[in-house]
Amino acid sequence: MPSTLLWAVDVYGRVYSLSTAGQQWEQCRDAQLEFKRVTAALQCCWGIACDHNIYLCVHASEVPIRVREETYENQRWNPVDGFSDRLLPSDRWQWSDVTGLQHQPLDSFQPLSENWEWETDWYVDENFGGEPTEKEGWTYAIDFPATYTKDKKWNSCVRRRQWVRYRRYKSQDTWAKIPSEQMGSLPDPFNDISCGGWDITEEPRGRISLWAVSLQGRVWFRDGINHFNPEGTVWEEVQTPGEVVQISCGPADLLWGVLWEGQFLVREGISRDCPTGTTWVVVESPSPEFGAIHVAVGVNVVWAVTKDRKVWFRRGVNSHNPCGSGWIGMVGEMVMINVGLNDQVWGISCEDRVVHFRQGVTVSELSGKAWKPLSMPRDTERSHSSASASSLQSAGCFFGGEVRLQAQASVLSDVDSETEKAAAAAEVVTPCTEGDQATKKRIPKVTSDSFISELVSDREGQIGQRTLTQATSIPEEECAEGDTDGKDNAATDVLPSSSQLGQLDPQWSNVDLEEAQTHLTVGSGGDAAETSSLSSVATYNLGIEDPYGPDDRPLWAWVSGGGCFIGSHTQISWFNSTGLASSVQAMTLSITPAQTAAWRKQIFEQLSERSKREMENFRHYEQAIEQSVWVKKGSMQWWRDWKPHKWLDVQFALELFSGAEGNKDGILFIYYTFNDEKKYLHAFINEVTILVHVLNDSKHTFAIYTPERTKQRWPIRLAAATELEMYDWLALLNMSCCDSRGIQGPPSKQAIWSTTCKGDIFVSEPTPGLEASPYPTPCDQMFWRQVGGHLRIVECNSLGVVWGIGYDHTAWAYTGGYGGGFFQGLASSTDNIYTQTDVKSVYIYENQRWNPVTGYTNKGLPTDRYMWSDASGLQECTKANTKPPSPHWTWVSDWVIDYGVTGGTDKEGWQYAADFPASYHSHKTLKDFVRRRRWARKCKLTTTGPWQEVPPIPLSDVTIMPSGPKTAVEQVPLWAISNKGDVLCRLGVSSLTPAGTSWLHVGTDQPFKSISIGGVYQVWAIAKDGSAFYRGAVSSQNPAGDCWYHIPSPATQKLKQLSVGRTSVCAVDENGNLWYRHGVTPSYPQGSSWDHISNNVRKVSVGPLDQVWIIADKVQGSHSLSCGTVCRRLGVQPLEPKGQSWDYGIGGGWDHITVRGNALEAPRIRMPSLTDRRNSSGVQTPEMNGNTVGC
Amino acid sequence: MADDKDVLRDVWYGRIPACFTLYPDEVTDREAEPFYLLLPRVSYLMLVTDKVKKHFLKVVKAEDVEEMWFEYEGTPLKWHCPIGVLFDLHASNTALPWSITVHFKHFPDRDLLRCSSSALIEAHFMSTIKEADAFKHKGQVINDMQKKDHKQLWMGLQNDKFDQFWAINRKLMEYPTEDGGFRYIPFRIYQTLSDRPSIQKLFRPVSSEGHALTLGDLLKELVPDVISQDDDPKKYQVVIHGIEPLFETPIQWLSEHLSHPDNFLHICIVPAPSD
Repeated sequence: MPSTLLWAVDVYGRVYSLSTAGQQWEQCRDAQLEFKRVTAALQCCWGIACDHNIYLCVHASEVPIRVREETYENQRWNPVDGFSDRLLPSDRWQWSDVTGLQHQPLDSFQPLSENWEWETDWYVDENFGGEPTEKEGWTYAIDFPATYTKDKKWNSCVRRRQWVRYRRYKSQDTWAKIPSEQMGSLPDPFNDISCGGWDITEEPRGRISLWAVSLQGRVWFRDGINHFNPEGTVWEEVQTPGEVVQISCGPADLLWGVLWEGQFLVREGISRDCPTGTTWVVVESPSPEFGAIHVAVGVNVVWAVTKDRKVWFRRGVNSHNPCGSGWIGMVGEMVMINVGLNDQVWGISCEDRVVHFRQGVTVSELSGKAWKPLSMPRDTERSHSSASASSLQSAGCFFGGEVRLQAQASVLSDVDSETEKAAAAAEVVTPCTEGDQATKKRIPKVTSDSFISELVSDREGQIGQRTLTQATSIPEEECAEGDTDGKDNAATDVLPSSSQLGQLDPQWSNVDLEEAQTHLTVGSGGDAAETSSLSSVATYNLGIEDPYGPDDRPLWAWVSGGGCFIGSHTQISWFNSTGLASSVQAMTLSITPAQTAAWRKQIFEQLSERSKREMENFRHYEQAIEQSVWVKKGSMQWWRDWKPHKWLDVQFALELFSGAEGNKDGILFIYYTFNDEKKYLHAFINEVTILVHVLNDSKHTFAIYTPERTKQRWPIRLAAATELEMYDWLALLNMSCCDSRGIQGPPSKQAIWSTTCKGDIFVSEPTPGLEASPYPTPCDQMFWRQVGGHLRIVECNSLGVVWGIGYDHTAWAYTGGYGGGFFQGLASSTDNIYTQTDVKSVYIYENQRWNPVTGYTNKGLPTDRYMWSDASGLQECTKANTKPPSPHWTWVSDWVIDYGVTGGTDKEGWQYAADFPASYHSHKTLKDFVRRRRWARKCKLTTTGPWQEVPPIPLSDVTIMPSGPKTAVEQVPLWAISNKGDVLCRLGVSSLTPAGTSWLHVGTDQPFKSISIGGVYQVWAIAKDGSAFYRGAVSSQNPAGDCWYHIPSPATQKLKQLSVGRTSVCAVDENGNLWYRHGVTPSYPQGSSWDHISNNVRKVSVGPLDQVWIIADKVQGSHSLSCGTVCRRLGVQPLEPKGQSWDYGIGGGWDHITVRGNALEAPRIRMPSLTDRRNSSGVQTPEMNGNTVGC
Repeated sequence: MADDKDVLRDVWYGRIPACFTLYPDEVTDREAEPFYLLLPRVSYLMLVTDKVKKHFLKVVKAEDVEEMWFEYEGTPLKWHCPIGVLFDLHASNTALPWSITVHFKHFPDRDLLRCSSSALIEAHFMSTIKEADAFKHKGQVINDMQKKDHKQLWMGLQNDKFDQFWAINRKLMEYPTEDGGFRYIPFRIYQTLSDRPSIQKLFRPVSSEGHALTLGDLLKELVPDVISQDDDPKKYQVVIHGIEPLFETPIQWLSEHLSHPDNFLHICIVPAPSD
């Protein structure tokens, strides 16, 4: 998880953010103004500033927010001019949208707001449905509207072409004012704001619900906010039964508000199709005598604060019951509470205004355990006096502009309330008495600051403002001026101007007048005590606080955790003293030799010196202990080879011994009884090619392959009694296999990496013979060992740069370690092993059949599939009985309807068909008698491995430039596709810093799905439409290249994935065909045509020697068929790059392979690093004692 | 070397070349040839000297044979100390091979324990491991192990099976991450110039303030004389497994990586060579 931010505002209106990886609050320097409220999402933060405008801060991303604008140019042929823009009167506009109904000239496109900028000028799109067009992008038809073709025919009377231009959102990492043009309909400024709703639906991407409350208590919903329109489009008013003072919107469908009178409003009916909900329900305050003043909601939780500052937790809240069932009083007194991501809770304590975190909030215990103060320092611990000077200045500026309005307003308002006068007087006196203590600079600052005054003034004070007499205002002005003495000029300038404008009122009255009007429209309002407590939610109550010294800790006014992710069990670096070290470690992704400490070096050096000194000259001495056989035995079950297949109880034994040359070897035996006869099966450890953990519902099983068993597609399948026992055996067997092959330590840079469909990662050391021609080592003899971690895709190059992508699209860089996962102790390196998490969805289907009486019900025919099933319908999968894939996975969400099924769904997620099984469509027709919908539930795996996260952009594909073993490249070119289809180029990647430094976005006209870079900077990619693109002019000097060349896909096929080697380009299409790009030459790198190589191919990897490896489906072994098999193309030669036949390796169940690290040309290069590094033991010397060698 | 795991292998496979000679006064039928052997540093003398015994028994009169014992330059060698410790303590900085004198008579009962069988060595080894685990985990780890695990530890040492031994021993080297180390470090300090056989004390790997303590901290507390002042010439060598780790080496790391199979960190303090 990349670091995320907790946002807060202090009582002076300064905005701070605290990174989960950081150790101090960073002030948001960009904010030139003071803020009243902030509400955060992961991607942005909204705030209400003291000018009562709403501001938005979108976090900068390496992938820009860009929107494609398009319009069509239409032309008609006439005999005189040929094609010209002279259209018939009945024709469409000369410039129109795609339908022709909308007039859309180029200059009608204007940026939405000043926060957008044009990326390029208008240009013609020459790509027509994956096919390039000729003649400037024109497509032809007989008439409008019609089917257009790219070829001009004799009867083509009209033509059109598409013009494209991109606009880009530029106001990132800065507070951009939300344009207020349409806010003319808003009679009063905003008072509270809350964003959420991002879990309601994934479409459109980045959708957020933003709710706001005006000073008059009306509720507004900002429509149209999503990734491509971060500002949203328009405010819609949502009618409420009463006046709302505060509102809180959860990540999902919870929305609660607090009414002026102290009850809650709960919105019901919020859903994917109706984000604003349908009805309000009133929920009473938890405490009969004290009304509620604040509420905060999450996914399944509601927290509230009543006027006596007591904190309450609502029981039984979920999306079916948004109102919950009852209140529970909690310990602690808070002024406000905020529920962040993952239902984590933040609060600001009443007593000392410290941000508190609710510890121990988990799915099972949503109310948490205890409040823990968050006492992080701020980045600036400058004295308050200097800070106040600057805030005074900026506040003063706003003040100057605002007063005019207020003065007018005050003329209009008529006031007569005695009590209000009295209250006002009382309020004014308080600051003055405090101001008398001349040392407290803070007090005058508050009074001269329009915004802060609004924060600190109580409701009755606000009411009273407009009735202030000259007399009461005088002492206050004195106060203010007393303070401004000695402050910079800007500040003092402001004060006279303010008194000129509104000679009646002191400066802090401006806002409150409007508030007062609110009161008038409301009517009598509440009693004084109630209003007071109400409006001082999240305000700093000046009168009752003790004065603080200038260097005192911050006083917080508001906190928002909506952008701050804290897992239920993750350690938060803020709370432990060693957090700094670990966070620094987490941030530095570059791999530096961890063992730089002098003491460690010394030990390593001395040990090797010692070994040399004490042993080098004495190798011929006899060993005191003769090597002998070591046997480990155990009971297991074996899936017997012959039919009927079943689990058989067997004795399992592993015999390990040292060979004549000191090498280790072993044999494993499986003793079984058949027809009362004792028999056994054995395998030599040095013949075992892989040990794979196999998922099985009820047993702890693993499979052992040898070359022979790989040919049969029938491994030795064993089941241990317990998981622990299985992992013990796997670790031991794995170590024995590695020992017998002399493999230890991390994988070499040449290693071949692969992943299984379970997400397990395997790595194989290539031998020089592997790519020998004409007689290469068969690839069923390759030895694979597991590396910890969980990945969907892994890619490498021969410089040791390895990247992986998890199922949740997280990018990971290899750290240089080995082991992790269940490999502990010796089989794992101590350093470079980190925690890795991955998230994937489990899907089940709800099936229904239609009958004439009741319509669709869950009563199927007796012959039907289960009403809750897997995709095939063969297995019953109910919500309750479906488990995560293995005990290592835990559920992290509830079951939700999946609307993203191919083929589309209706509003409720249903897909219809005539019968099971059939092809499903999204709309019910008369012929449809069955329907189904897919439910998804996310589960999470936490494991360890030599991987470190590369935040923050999720990826769907990655490629690293392959190179020869001797090439020294300073910057390794690495390209990737984000999970949204953006093409990215990573900068700063080298063997020492494999994670690189930053992404460079490469613009495309459509989303991409696969990418590969060849040995000489040839970048190929596949777009979503299935056609290929070649990136021109990529070089070490110009890492991102300059433009895309469109390359049509093979006829009627949509390409899916490709790989580029030294010169070869191979691609796989959606129907499993493997294609080779013919005619690629240095002068014409795009090539000329696609040649078919093979079918039944799932993925391809072309290596730096142009070797072609694939994951193949349907490989027939002698005993069984396997899908997902590693295969290598035989007979690939410079003159025959397509090769001749396939050589079948490990499988099935394999999902991905990369051979892009293996630049080992056969046979002259010797394998580095795999020779025996152990200089101790094991070397048998000639007999000496007593008989042969003399000293 | 790239990884700490390699240290474990190097420690395990440490060998001392030794030349065994028969004590001249022993009565022999014919002249006894010296016997050359590579001794595992981490093992025990009586466990690895069957070949020596066999070799010399060929020449010694059977009726003169009592229990075999070893001596180096007049010092009887204690079989219950790991071989590496004996060598570092008595014979470091001498020429190799290490020449050990073999006796079959006059067993020095005042200096040495008798060792009748390898079962005795096993008992000694296991009790030392248990003692070490009492320091490290209040004995919980070793007590939670099964009998066969204990056997595997012993068999691993006896048969020089690194993997077999460490498959179990790694469990003894674990500790809760939040603690930053073992409860106490099992260690023994040997000094040639001291009457005490060894120094042993409770010592935590992490200070009360939470930072890791080092070898230097340990020595400062227990044998302050060893740490020479800046300008003084070095008087002592602090030797573990034949090497001199820097004083800033964290004691926890040493305990995990440079302990003997008995799980104790054996630290030898010997006079610095005076050249």
